[in-house]
Amino acid sequence: MIGVMDYGMGNLHSVCNALHHIGVPCEIFRDPDMCGTYTGLILPGVGAFPDAMRALEASGLADRVRTCAGAGQPLLGICLGMQLLFEESTEFGTTKGLGLIPGRVTRIRAPGLKIPHMGWNSLHVWTPDDPLASHIREGDYVYFVHSYKAETGTENLVASTEYGERIPALVRTPGLPVYGAQFHPEKSHETGLGILKDFTSLCGEVPNP
Amino acid sequence: MLAKRIIPCLDVKDGRVVKGVHFVDLRDAGDIVDNARYYNQEGADEVCFLDITATHEGRKTFADQVERAARELFVPLTVGGGIGSIEEFRTMLLAGSDKVSINSAAVRDPDLITRAAERFGSQCVVVAIDARRVSAPDGSVSFHVYVRGGREDTGIDALWWAEEAERRGAGEILLTSMDTDGTRNGFDLELLHEVCRRCSIPVIASGGAGSPEHFYEAFEAGADAALAASLFHYRELSIGDLKQYLRNRGVSVR
Repeated sequence: MIGVMDYGMGNLHSVCNALHHIGVPCEIFRDPDMCGTYTGLILPGVGAFPDAMRALEASGLADRVRTCAGAGQPLLGICLGMQLLFEESTEFGTTKGLGLIPGRVTRIRAPGLKIPHMGWNSLHVWTPDDPLASHIREGDYVYFVHSYKAETGTENLVASTEYGERIPALVRTPGLPVYGAQFHPEKSHETGLGILKDFTSLCGEVPNP
Repeated sequence: MLAKRIIPCLDVKDGRVVKGVHFVDLRDAGDIVDNARYYNQEGADEVCFLDITATHEGRKTFADQVERAARELFVPLTVGGGIGSIEEFRTMLLAGSDKVSINSAAVRDPDLITRAAERFGSQCVVVAIDARRVSAPDGSVSFHVYVRGGREDTGIDALWWAEEAERRGAGEILLTSMDTDGTRNGFDLELLHEVCRRCSIPVIASGGAGSPEHFYEAFEAGADAALAASLFHYRELSIGDLKQYLRNRGVSVR
């Protein structure tokens, strides 16, 4: 059973719809004490970084997620949920994040391009042998909607995209099954569903082939 | 590179798709879920449902149907038609849509754009503009915003309104030309060009698609996405063939 965190930010049903579609059981939860009972955790999120971080801290989820992820429980952050995995963000002042992946979150610099970066963009794969890259082919398109992006070392990149500059698309903590997707796998058709299959397999679930 | 998007649009009345997919053996051509599933597989980059229901009961049915369709749709979903309040916005987002388009209500109450953007984020606020050429007595031509399904001329300049919608927090403009809509003679390139050069948010071209070239022209004129309805529903053009054509002409598509 995958636990999808509800901390009041964003549409949780899309993620659950996608998991149901690939045949993986999931549950939306709020209680931090539940974290350890799931095979893996998904941290979704739409909105602003400071609000999200405040909600995570206030609910007690932040501490528990840090502990669980540090102990090796698989974790996937999506969109804002991915950004929350980093050390800090500069969205509306500087706010500390969960600090699970080295790096910070800053506004996209894309002179002459529209912000937010919204739509289907193609992936460049950095680590083809990563368990979450098994369904991604070089150049596959996934769906992005964001105005801020992560700045992190290439050692943390599974895949990136280009939008005026290099944008980390799929990141991970080296040595831990802690992942973040800047795009929305649940809205990225077969490529996205493939990534969710790989993540849930890593959790020990058995998704539909 | 960011891909240009192809968006099939489905009209829904009383929870049923009107003029849905007509060439494949759908169990039920009026069923919103079957249509959603079809376009999900067909390669649509986004799907748009437009509620053309007039009654309150019909609207409730629409939300229920959106919820069912969203379970089968793994690309973004935009819904619109008669949405006029933050509460209705919220209902549609909770039902599983990713973006909500507002039209007449935004003209009546422009602050709705701002309130929705502050509450849910600009990325899910689409302002739909129905524009038509109007000649002044002195012979000059301008584009006016029409509301109530194109029945009422507001007298508002459509190019100004597109900029104003962006200033107020819209994340995207869905631009329909009433002059080209239904003609199959191509999108309104003049209108499109004028709006695209004024706005820095994405613009979806709508109205008049009849051939693959028309999509190419719309993207050349600056559109970020292009929407069509019957052309796809009757499979006069498949999304796959359209994308191959665009790819061959150097347009970035998924």
